Amino acid sequence: MIPRLELRSITKSYPGTVANDAVSLSILPGEIHAVLGENGAGKSTLMKIIYGAAQADSGEIYCDGRRIEAHNPAISRSLGIEMVYQHFALFESVSVVENIALAVKGTFDLGRLATEIEALSARYGMPIDPHRRVHDLSVGERQRVEIVRCLLQSPKLLILDEPTSVLTPQAVVKLFGTLRQLASEGCSIVYISHKLDEVQELCDTATVLRNGKVTGTAKPKESTSLELARMMVGSQLPEMHVSPSAPSAKPLLEVRGLSAPARDKYGTELTDVSLEVHGGEIVGLAGVSGNGQAELIALLSGERTHPRAETILIGGRPSGHLSAGERRKLGMAFVPEERLGRGAVPPHALWENAVLTAHRAGLVRNALVDRRRAGDFARRVIERFKVKANGPQASAQSLSGGNLQKFIVGRELTLEPKILLVSQPTWGVDVGAAAFIRQTLVDLSRAGAAVLVVSEELDELFEICDRLLVISNGRVSPPLIRKQTNREEIGLLMTRVGHGETRRTEVALED
Amino acid sequence: MDLFVAIFTGTIIAATPLIFAALGELVVEKSGVLNLGLEGMMLMGAAFAFWAVIAGLPMPVAIAAGALAGAATSLLFGALALTFLTNQYAAGLALAIFGSGVSAFLGRGFGSTPIDALKRVHVPFLSDIPVVGPMFFRFDPMVYLAIAMFGLITWFLYRTKGGLILRTIGESPETSHAIGYPVIRIRYLAVLFGGLMAGLAGAYLSVAYTPLWVENMTAGKGWISLALVVFATWRPLRVLIGAWLFGGMTILQLQGQALGIAVPSELLSALPYLATIIVLVIISQNRQLLTLHFPASLAKPFRAAS
Repeated sequence: MIPRLELRSITKSYPGTVANDAVSLSILPGEIHAVLGENGAGKSTLMKIIYGAAQADSGEIYCDGRRIEAHNPAISRSLGIEMVYQHFALFESVSVVENIALAVKGTFDLGRLATEIEALSARYGMPIDPHRRVHDLSVGERQRVEIVRCLLQSPKLLILDEPTSVLTPQAVVKLFGTLRQLASEGCSIVYISHKLDEVQELCDTATVLRNGKVTGTAKPKESTSLELARMMVGSQLPEMHVSPSAPSAKPLLEVRGLSAPARDKYGTELTDVSLEVHGGEIVGLAGVSGNGQAELIALLSGERTHPRAETILIGGRPSGHLSAGERRKLGMAFVPEERLGRGAVPPHALWENAVLTAHRAGLVRNALVDRRRAGDFARRVIERFKVKANGPQASAQSLSGGNLQKFIVGRELTLEPKILLVSQPTWGVDVGAAAFIRQTLVDLSRAGAAVLVVSEELDELFEICDRLLVISNGRVSPPLIRKQTNREEIGLLMTRVGHGETRRTEVALED
Repeated sequence: MDLFVAIFTGTIIAATPLIFAALGELVVEKSGVLNLGLEGMMLMGAAFAFWAVIAGLPMPVAIAAGALAGAATSLLFGALALTFLTNQYAAGLALAIFGSGVSAFLGRGFGSTPIDALKRVHVPFLSDIPVVGPMFFRFDPMVYLAIAMFGLITWFLYRTKGGLILRTIGESPETSHAIGYPVIRIRYLAVLFGGLMAGLAGAYLSVAYTPLWVENMTAGKGWISLALVVFATWRPLRVLIGAWLFGGMTILQLQGQALGIAVPSELLSALPYLATIIVLVIISQNRQLLTLHFPASLAKPFRAAS
């Protein structure tokens, strides 16, 4: 059989790194093919090259046996290659149907297109309302839009980049159903992921990348997770050590009957939230994004204050009215979800980013930054947390997502917090770095700190948390002991109230 | 009644250059590009249109010359901001200064004689209806062209695929590039269109509004047009209303001066600027709508990834 897509020794270098080094792979019609690898292994670059969004330095691409000479996304689409990005390529200010209209050929007839979208999305079991504005959609719904947009082109090859990182377990099951249906109709699928269990469940073949090179191909259904993981990481995977917790008598962080209005029209109102985090334990907050996590995190970190001080107690002290800086003085540290822009300033050097929160640790003297100490601090973080970076002078944006996350977590941990808030600690982070970050969180808690982890990845929460909370529609469930609950129970709680009530759809034609 | 008709027609006429300039700038900004050089492009348009008239060219050709002069000037900005990725604020400000300098230089040979202004239309029967005739059917053709441009731009932005592409490039050029749209080319077209409209605005000033060459005759109308776009929250209808508001205040203060109101005329002259901004600030208080219509990539340089 002629492969749907064939890559022959694709090589691509960026200044300082070789992203892809003589990568070859071949995908048959109707095959679900996994591309496995850590962050920075070159998966995303390879996908961009396949799709034509980036050009290879050397190597050849064949589609249905014919060589693609000059490549770009328009050519890809004419060949039937479609891509669902990890960070969705959707415009927020316009409606679903308008977004899709931008990507399809043919006459500009929004009414007819909307009907097609409804029919197609129903056929593949992913209902969406074509007239809602993308801004109002949850992440899962946005992904559906992306997929439907691709399906409207009747693709021959569909590329999905980390598609399940933000979905509930139930939504993942649905997505897999859709993908299998597609493959059975002859569409080839390239599935980029670092989640081994998913690859094993879904994919026929897997190509494993490490440092830009192919380290092996495998039949995931016949290989063990360990074999695949070793191909990815190259060495023995670090094993998690979760020793039993010894929670402190009194909670270090306590929330009592916290209610707060939504941040804006698209936010979620918090209703009577209560929770406790003791020293020595990790508490996980599960939930599909957009259910009030952003509001709760902002109120806990002090980014937003609350008029009633006694709703939030830090070490027993009423702190609802305190600013982020004042809360940090009480021993709280915070790792936000957005690494670039909130956790770090993208164009600034790592040592400068260290000063942002670590100025309390003696990096500032007489109101002036002590550059040498700041540099030393950054260097210590880089060494201790094995951050792959060109030293403290490297800019934050030059690091891969996983490495920057290690740096930010490392920066906060070096401050030896009594309470640590972490949001999506391993989002888009590769297996090795994720395991490392999780282990550091466990170690911190076992040393006596209170750790609150907000995450959409249930596997992660189940791996490290002692107790679990579920947030849904601005309400937080009573705590569940991790050992006495399971994924299904949590998954049901996550969707209990349903996320996001139907909002009024506004027409873009204001004028 | 005559006074009312005079104020009404005066308002419409005074608003016309602002409508051209601000609507053009709206299209530019909707594509994510901020061209602060309106004043310069308008002055170039004004100078070239005026020059064409005194060179004996027919009026439509003169107006076209003004429009093309504006477009050519905008190309300079386009090259700096889009090809060489210069800071757009700096490039726009430079353009404003450049246009005002070059137009003043060109204008040294224009003398101070007035020219025959653009003729007003006369529609048989319609123009002769009392009150209604002078209010609606006796303007010069460019007044109608401005209103037509408003309809055309609104239709283009919100009803056509081209408009959708333009608006979404303004939100995220990276995404547009990723789905295969030529971001830079489209932004060039938007900038050129903005220049064309600013050129028309300038031409209107020198051949219709005050058919006389005066150095820096735009007198800040380019800047007020820029403000109009922002405070109108990037919506064509509000631009139109804002322009009329400004025109109305201009005429009212002239009437006030004529009636000899005991307020210094400089203060009265400042009134339209002040009033327009105050009103627009008040109506742009709804942050939700603001974020919805604001082109998120405004003034951020875009370089296609390779």
